[in-house]
Amino acid sequence: MSSTLLNSKDISRAVSRISHEILERNHGAGNIALVGIRTRGVVLSQRLREKIKEIEGVTVDHGVLDITLYRDDLADGIHKPELKKTEIAFALEGKHIILCDDVLFTGRTIRAAIDALMDFGRPSSVQLAVLIDRGHRELPIRPDYVGKNIPTAKSKRVQVLLAEEDDEDKVIIQEQSN
Amino acid sequence: MALSTKNILGTKELTQSDILQILDTADSFKEISTRAIKKVPALRGKTIINLFFEPSTRTRTSFEIAGKRLSADVINISGSTSSTVKGENLIDTARNLEAMSPDILVVRHHCSGAAELLSQFVNSPIINAGDGAHEHPSQALLDLLTIRSHKGDLKGLKVAIVGDVSHSRVARSNIRAMQTMGMKVRVVGPPPLIPVEIERLGVEVSHNLAEAIKDVDVIMVLRIQLERQNQGLLSSLREYSNYFCLTSETLAQAQDDVLIIHPGPVNRGIEIALDVMEGPRSLILDQVTNGVAIRMALFYLLLGENNANPN
Amino acid sequence: MQTLIKNGQVIDPANQIDGPFDILIDKRKISAIEPRGKIPESKNISVIDAKDCVVAPGFCDMHVHFREPGHEYKETIETGCASAVAGGFSTVAVMPNTFPVNDNHSITELILSQAKKTNLANVFPIGAITKGLKGETLSDMGELKEAGCIGYSDDGKPVMDSELMRRALEYSRMFDLPCIQHSEILDLTREGCMNEGIISTELGLKGMPVEAEDIMVFRDICLLRKTGGRLHVAHISSGGAVELVRQAKAKGLPVTCEVAPHHFTLTEEACRNYDTNTKMSPPLRTHEDLELIKEGLRDGTIDIIATDHAPHDVADKQMEFSKACFGIVGLETALPLTLKMVDEKVITLQKAVDLLTHQPSRLFNLDKGSLGVGKDADIVIFNPKTQYTIEPEKFKSRSKNSPYKGWKVRGKVLHTLVAGKTVYSADNK
Repeated sequence: MSSTLLNSKDISRAVSRISHEILERNHGAGNIALVGIRTRGVVLSQRLREKIKEIEGVTVDHGVLDITLYRDDLADGIHKPELKKTEIAFALEGKHIILCDDVLFTGRTIRAAIDALMDFGRPSSVQLAVLIDRGHRELPIRPDYVGKNIPTAKSKRVQVLLAEEDDEDKVIIQEQSN
Repeated sequence: MALSTKNILGTKELTQSDILQILDTADSFKEISTRAIKKVPALRGKTIINLFFEPSTRTRTSFEIAGKRLSADVINISGSTSSTVKGENLIDTARNLEAMSPDILVVRHHCSGAAELLSQFVNSPIINAGDGAHEHPSQALLDLLTIRSHKGDLKGLKVAIVGDVSHSRVARSNIRAMQTMGMKVRVVGPPPLIPVEIERLGVEVSHNLAEAIKDVDVIMVLRIQLERQNQGLLSSLREYSNYFCLTSETLAQAQDDVLIIHPGPVNRGIEIALDVMEGPRSLILDQVTNGVAIRMALFYLLLGENNANPN
Repeated sequence: MQTLIKNGQVIDPANQIDGPFDILIDKRKISAIEPRGKIPESKNISVIDAKDCVVAPGFCDMHVHFREPGHEYKETIETGCASAVAGGFSTVAVMPNTFPVNDNHSITELILSQAKKTNLANVFPIGAITKGLKGETLSDMGELKEAGCIGYSDDGKPVMDSELMRRALEYSRMFDLPCIQHSEILDLTREGCMNEGIISTELGLKGMPVEAEDIMVFRDICLLRKTGGRLHVAHISSGGAVELVRQAKAKGLPVTCEVAPHHFTLTEEACRNYDTNTKMSPPLRTHEDLELIKEGLRDGTIDIIATDHAPHDVADKQMEFSKACFGIVGLETALPLTLKMVDEKVITLQKAVDLLTHQPSRLFNLDKGSLGVGKDADIVIFNPKTQYTIEPEKFKSRSKNSPYKGWKVRGKVLHTLVAGKTVYSADNK
């Protein structure tokens, strides 16, 4: 049982708006870099990057973060996620880093991502862009750019599907099925 | 995703999917060693004991660095500082260490089968860092990682393992791992240094280096132990070198893109010529770098599984 | 005090008896052996019902190590004898590699007096060939014989020096006792701990090539041709050595040999997981050797079965394979393992009993291994069909170093009598 919250058009509009907000807030693309959190945060960051290029004509630095090794539940015996590469091939110093993820929920992933990022250097600032903010934060973390706020029951599951990974663009909500 | 074994005692127990998982994970870990801050918190609060009954610098250091880059606490216990010199036996030593709740025991010992013996008496996962002439699985895995990163795919590759195969745990671990990955192995050396009936493992045997390397993708040169001469297994190192030292002349017989690896430490000029060792086909330093990544991967994969049992 | 053993199948190869007989024992001796039912029962006669059982002369093991004096924590003469009678053995010959070595009359006497005190099984000491087993000078073979030794051996070690072995064979002729050789060219087995072959290659363990045994057997046979005397090859394990003994026998040379049950039931494959209870000398060999050993049993080249019972404490076994002591206990598993050869049709049941009774007695000139009237009533009663699982922890031996733990076998000793006295009865029938 699932219902669609955002369709392909909605997602595209959100990406476009967020890109404008990023550029507005950082006074252009000169000093920013995008870092996506695996897996769908990477897709979002790539789309933002393309959009920014469209708007400003500038290709900004881009990185990929695997936060597995920074998770706070690694030792709890959860099923071990497959470890993938982290690729950050530019210096963070002096940069405004836009951390990108698909869904913001408890905030724990973002905490891990910030820790990981800090191991690579000292950026001027870290900002957070997410496609969906569904609330239920467990840590003092808030997004700077949000595609859509979707208040949900904690038991629900919000799933972002993106064409690069899932063959189509949409955001759905469903009952948690065990 | 889980390894099929609780311990890494040898490559013999590893399935093809185990090996692939270890290599893929290690590939991901390589990047950490290139960072300014070479440390991730993955194994924070975990304790790794390096129990080395045999002197070793590079392997012990490699395990130590691997553990530390994952934020584990690594304790080194060497043969000379351990109680074994006071007559305490291997099993008692390990049981005592286990009472201090380590999360992994890394063991090197001069007796074949020592790691397997320990695994029967302790609960912590054990990584065999070399037992006698039996196995040295992390070395074989790092060799595979090194070869794969240059050749792309392991399947179908041909390898010549040259030297003292008889006493080599590296050779044994590699033969098994390579065969599991669909590679073909040929061992090369003077008959006294080739173990009996090794053909029955499905490897070819050759006593002619120049012939043996003609069609191979990888040449693995083994360290020749200087004491073999006293054991009557070698006439002299000089004569050994005449026939089995990998020189640029011999190498001219091989394919242009042949890779050269060596588990180290190298006896320059005895089993491998200096110019070959430092030449463009030599991956000896890559091996050392990859060793850290492989050992990080082993720690990471083993500790995860150990924890999959919440109380 | 008389005892009647009735309803059993009596197998007594020494007297060519095999059939339904009853045996009457009067004090220490056998007083009658008659077809079933012919010996009248009476109030004064205690009866042992041997229904479904084989009644045979008590087994004779000409190769055991009882570790006393010196290493009593592994085995004593008392625990060794308890193990022997539990395995159906009423007679054992103990090897001289004790500490101190049995190379003089005082140690021989000590062993005999301890055995007498224990009063379980007949114990015959074997004296050393060389003083201190050092392989340097001959021991006083005459003194040893007079004190009670029934043969000479440096077992555990070979007599490497060919000159010394020549002189041992020559000198022992004077006493008409055999020289028992542990056949191993040590130069070829240095640091070895298992058979040399594919398994030792895989395990990275130093091998002991089969040639080490073959060459020594060959050397000794060559010497024997010159010297006369009697050569007994201990624990033969190599197919090649069996063939050498076969040829020597065909030429009429006075050579005999024994095999231990592990060499016809196990191969080097058993060493795969570094179980130190599979470490023995000579080592477990290949499948081909195993088949040639069986052939030797079949055609009579192998004269007797002897266990090479070699008890070792956990402290000497629970360690790295290459460091562990050689040897396993064998007395309490010999019967079922020998019966496996019967099941496999390698030998008949009668032959199996022969190899464990009459032949060893004959070889060593012992007045044992026979159920003749007037002989000592040394008798074993066993059910060859009873199935059970081998549990070393239940062995009477002080040591439990057996590779047969968990084996499901057939053939259980129910009673062992020595000189008319029941010295062992199984707890449950």
